[in-house]
Amino acid sequence: MTYQMTVSPDFSPQHIAGWYIFNTWLQKNLGLDIHLELYHDFESQRASIQADTVDIIYANPFDASMLIREKHFEALVRPLGKVDEVVIAVPANSPVNQVEDLQPGIRLAFTDDPNVHLVGMIMLEPANLSRENMNMQMVSSYAVAAKKLLRGEADAAIFLKEAFDDLSNLTRRELKPIVESQISDIFHALLVGPRLVDKAETIRRLLLSMSETPQGKSVLIALGIDGWASVDKEDAEFMIDLMDAIQ
Amino acid sequence: MENMRPEDIVGEYQEYELTYYDGTSRKVLVTDIETPYPDGKLIVSRTDTAGIITHVNQAFVDMSGYTREELIGQPHYILRHPDMPRAAFKDLWDTVQSGKKWEGYVKNLRKDGGYYLVFASVLPNIRDGKIVGYTSVRRKPSREKMEEALRLYAKMREDENA
Ligand SMILES: Cc1cc2nc3c(=O)[nH]c(=O)nc-3n(C[C@H](O)[C@H](O)[C@H](O)COP(=O)(O)O)c2cc1C
Repeated sequence: MTYQMTVSPDFSPQHIAGWYIFNTWLQKNLGLDIHLELYHDFESQRASIQADTVDIIYANPFDASMLIREKHFEALVRPLGKVDEVVIAVPANSPVNQVEDLQPGIRLAFTDDPNVHLVGMIMLEPANLSRENMNMQMVSSYAVAAKKLLRGEADAAIFLKEAFDDLSNLTRRELKPIVESQISDIFHALLVGPRLVDKAETIRRLLLSMSETPQGKSVLIALGIDGWASVDKEDAEFMIDLMDAIQ
Repeated sequence: MENMRPEDIVGEYQEYELTYYDGTSRKVLVTDIETPYPDGKLIVSRTDTAGIITHVNQAFVDMSGYTREELIGQPHYILRHPDMPRAAFKDLWDTVQSGKKWEGYVKNLRKDGGYYLVFASVLPNIRDGKIVGYTSVRRKPSREKMEEALRLYAKMREDENA
């Protein structure tokens, strides 16, 4: 049979090719047929998950919760030293210097990236801001969120830190981060679904030793990660409890 | 649990005797110095089913003023501030023991006698259908809502002491 692999749509655009290379490497090393399907928004990926077509997924923390608790997926590994942090930024010339300077009624740009949105909204709470008293502007990407700030069409925006750091120097110079999360317990993870659970251990071992071969190493470079760290059942459950606590 | 010691306290303090749910009591020394909640951080701890601390993150260590070694194995009431009403924690325990999530504003006592203010969520860790412990995650509260809660707690304390 052919298995399906997919990647959380918040992957950085520079690494699209990397995921295809990773899939080729994985198929060769496992002797399995795997088709990589990349969705460009969270909604279409969710639909595919609901239809039980996904077997391997590089999932954001929010979707990982749902996949493990409701769809019987198992977490195998997480990218080494990489955690999901969130930045709230305003235009560089804004008088706002900290979250508490933001006032009700502001225009907030955000993407549909669920865990980034969740953490971002929590960081706005100290200023007593919520979806009820802000002008919420959903945008299709972090690049669009940055553009909105530059054009004066939004007063603040929520970014995945990695995406914020990936903006061009020119753009970043026009923006001012006012708060950055330091959570460190929330991360993306690679999960396998029920049809691959019997191969979970094999796949985990393969991924953990990936950086030991030159070929594996070059695939990691294409993905933009240093290697993988093992995630056991309780690590994953802990992260889910944490996500549940802040929802 | 041991009494708080004057040599650990920073600033002028007042002394209170707290009695905990398990019947033990200790002397706590309390100042009115607030340690501001650090932006962007979550304070995380886990307990066993009896409320004994099993895990704390670095933000918890930094904010409480205790070392990790001093915290692990202690009851979570090590942070109880005399300004907090009993009823708030009774509600917390009733809620999480019934399998649900509790949320509320909490004033916590530091080792140095000062305090810090949080919005806390506590939930049961359910594994194979059983509660095996609890996790708490705190975040920076809205000033306005926190002040409202503190006013309510002051009234509740008066009623509890009446
Ligand atoms: C996971 C978890 C976290 C808790 N965190 C706190 C806390 O930060 N501060 C606090 O005073 N009590 C906390 N409690 C409640 C304490 O266990 C305790 O009920 C409270 O301090 C009042 O003490 P008492 O129950 O002995 O009256 C927590 C309980 C649990 C289960």
